[in-house]
Amino acid sequence: MLLFLLKRLVTFALTLAVASVVVFAVLEVLPGSAAEVILGDTATPESVAALQARLGLDRPPLQRYLDWTGGLLQGQTARSVSYDTPTAELIAERMHVTLPLALIAMTITMGLALTMGLYAAARHNRAGDVGVMAASQIGIAIPNFWFAILLILVFAVHLQWVSAGGFPGWTEDDGGGLWAGLQALILPAVALALVQAAILARVTRSAVLEVMREDFVRTARAKGLSRRQALWRHVLRNAMIPVLTVTGLQFANLLTGTIVVENVFVLPGLGRLVFQAIGNRDLVVVRDVVMLLAASVVLVNFVVDVLYALVDPRVRLA
Amino acid sequence: MRAWRHPSFVIGGALTLLLCAAALLSLFWQPYPPAEIDIPNKLQGPSLAHWLGTDSLGRDIASQLLVGAQNSILVGVVAVGIGLFIGVALGALAAARRGWVEELVMRASDFTFAFPALLTAIMLTAIYGPGLFLSIVAIGIFNIPVFARITRGAANAVWTRDFVTAARAAGKGPLAITWDHVLPNIANQLIVQATVSFATAILAEAALSYLGLGTQPPQPSWGRMLNEAQTLMFQAPLLAVYPGAAIMLSVLGLNLMGDGLRDLMDPKLTRVR
Repeated sequence: MLLFLLKRLVTFALTLAVASVVVFAVLEVLPGSAAEVILGDTATPESVAALQARLGLDRPPLQRYLDWTGGLLQGQTARSVSYDTPTAELIAERMHVTLPLALIAMTITMGLALTMGLYAAARHNRAGDVGVMAASQIGIAIPNFWFAILLILVFAVHLQWVSAGGFPGWTEDDGGGLWAGLQALILPAVALALVQAAILARVTRSAVLEVMREDFVRTARAKGLSRRQALWRHVLRNAMIPVLTVTGLQFANLLTGTIVVENVFVLPGLGRLVFQAIGNRDLVVVRDVVMLLAASVVLVNFVVDVLYALVDPRVRLA
Repeated sequence: MRAWRHPSFVIGGALTLLLCAAALLSLFWQPYPPAEIDIPNKLQGPSLAHWLGTDSLGRDIASQLLVGAQNSILVGVVAVGIGLFIGVALGALAAARRGWVEELVMRASDFTFAFPALLTAIMLTAIYGPGLFLSIVAIGIFNIPVFARITRGAANAVWTRDFVTAARAAGKGPLAITWDHVLPNIANQLIVQATVSFATAILAEAALSYLGLGTQPPQPSWGRMLNEAQTLMFQAPLLAVYPGAAIMLSVLGLNLMGDGLRDLMDPKLTRVR
């Protein structure tokens, strides 16, 4: 196990390192320097050179790369060009919205997917099963941002239960509060959860069906457990392994979905931050946010790999 | 024909045909030029003159939807094409050479998954500005590891078969074996994946265009129509329904067709249903 963990850890670190090189190369080395991007088409060569000097872009790329990654490892980030604040502060502030949104969405996803998947498996090939499967096909095909717009149409425009977007803040000082904040995140979270839940419900259903065919389930039933008891005690636990794996793999979807849906609801999260940064030509922010997002995808997959090996010894021995 | 009795394939095929027909039709005929501005007739409801009404600039919605289908097909074909071409080449190379080549290709594919199309598009847009070409490239790059993995897995299985051993004994080289024996035997799986990836590409392009990173005006695109419709939700809520429905039906059609093809092309495979 230790050797497996060590191998995985090395791969994880290497992947992060390569990711940082790619992000750096795309944003800072490819033709079209940051200073040119910031100043636009009308810039004179002198003003570009002056800005490059101010941003420290006149130094050799290798040194800039080492400064950037070295800073990241020590928790030091460069200042945003448009906000004049270290990007870490900007990102931390926006995480107050993005992280709760992703977590609520994940919770709804799991709740919905497990219920639907189990229900469909229990009613295998009957009307309930066919209905859930058809609904999930449609759920997979619906773009999350369109579903978000439809939710706004129904609940904000038509019923007028909630506002059509925006975020009041978590504290009363900001003019919001815990309840107001949660209310603002519910519709975005539902919009995000639908597609994820549709995929995961299918995985849950097929995993449960597969385990139900196993001999140990027949043994459990033979020793007198009811269908329901066997399902809860033996099937569910074993079926969770593929479900967790797919949940991990879906994390990247959840992340990009969050970026899109934040923009639909005008929520001040990471997604808004990075889009405003593109508009402001604030490449420092774009670089650090993209790196953070890519790193979190890599991290989640690393954690899933390790969890998977903990649950299933065959993985680490292979 | 077995295919006609497979409900997923029939429904999916019909929806996909509809998408292609809409795009094809729009090449020759549109009710109105999709970019034609007609302010006096703005925000009209559905009528005989404008089947689905008009937008805030008086442009005909039905025409924009029809021409938008071209856009979706273009993105799907090119982005899947990039993934298919490079991904299959890499996957086949990995299977033919094994050893460190295979390891390198597979690690590179693992790595590319850390960059979903949206992240790549964000980076490229920050430097070069938004545009359809860059969004297609971003989606295409994401497709490469998808096809590389499938090709390598399927090709490895073919390489162990007796007829490949026979071909090697007869003196055929790896390139000829890949071309003559491996690729024809994995084509079915690639076709199924291409269908599903086509659907994913349409979804991704719609999201990018919605965010303003993809197709730029005046070229109509379903994603951007939704973005424009969102600002008019109180005046004309239906404008936010049509383009989304078009995306959903196209994606649903391709996914169902992919499912159907998978069943039809591999009768041995009894899927857990």
